[in-house]
Amino acid sequence: MDAIGVVEASQLKKNRGDFAPGDTVKVQVKVVEGEKERIQAFEGVVIRKRGEGARASFTVRRISYGIGVERTFPLHSPMIDRVQVLRRGDVRRSKLYYLRSLSGKAARLKEKRAVVPTSGESSS
Amino acid sequence: MALKEGLIGRKMGMTQVFGEDGKHVSVTVIQAGPCPVVEVREKARHGYNALQLGFEPKTKNVTKPQAGHFKKAGVPTLRVLKELRLEKVEGYKVGQTLTVEMFSPDELVDVSGVSKGKGFQGGVRRYGWSGGDATHGSMFHRAPGSIGASSDPSRVWPGHHLPGRMGGDRRTVLNLRVVRVFSEQNLLVVRGAVPGPIGSLVVVRKSVKLTKAQRRQRKAE
Repeated sequence: MDAIGVVEASQLKKNRGDFAPGDTVKVQVKVVEGEKERIQAFEGVVIRKRGEGARASFTVRRISYGIGVERTFPLHSPMIDRVQVLRRGDVRRSKLYYLRSLSGKAARLKEKRAVVPTSGESSS
Repeated sequence: MALKEGLIGRKMGMTQVFGEDGKHVSVTVIQAGPCPVVEVREKARHGYNALQLGFEPKTKNVTKPQAGHFKKAGVPTLRVLKELRLEKVEGYKVGQTLTVEMFSPDELVDVSGVSKGKGFQGGVRRYGWSGGDATHGSMFHRAPGSIGASSDPSRVWPGHHLPGRMGGDRRTVLNLRVVRVFSEQNLLVVRGAVPGPIGSLVVVRKSVKLTKAQRRQRKAE
């Protein structure tokens, strides 16, 4: 392994690759409020996965009170407790930016068939 | 100044790691050492104190004079030789090997290297001049402008900022924090950027500047 690979390998979390663009996921994010730490969920459709190794990230899009909200997470961030897959989407491209210009019924995705939904396992 | 111990290394590239607060930290990975001590220069004998360190084995095209030099030190033939001036060289022996284990996480280091060559650049890029307006009939864009006064002094002052070759200079970045040390792979991970392209030689030394805590302690003494 090259030097960068050695450093990045030490950063990777297991069980973080089990979803794809189009999937509806629930990201359990650790939120630090003062002294206390709690877990907050962000649920939506994965519209992008990019990068390799420790630099990989993914973007989740959801409609919150009628407003489109996108959040990009580092895939291997220690602030993510786990990523739960709720629904597998059947899509034909890797970046689903076209969803941004669609709303309501048009923004729905077909569900992938013959794949049993699995839930992402907890980290650490 | 600049008389702290260090290692020769190679810049392997940059990546990011997660800090304790879960935030990204941009880091540079340096292959540092192992560096055998090939020669010890002493004040009494050579006029100054320094260690001649070697780096990276070399097996092909070793000239006989080179081979003899390494044989005398009892170390394998090496590609890179560099002297590191030190305050004291007591305790260092010829043939001993310095490794990345001399650094520990959270320590501060200084990294020297030759910056990327930028070629012939104008003053705006090279010295950060503001330049003139692009539009509104300004007629003065990125040119140097006046470079001297009139009959007094009737010449241009030495060292005046003008367009020319930029980059490719030896530069030192002070106080980079060591994030991690991989002693098995001889890798040093420091926070931030270091000069030079990937694959270039760098020298990593313990930082010369005192930290605030060290300054306070020194004051108290």
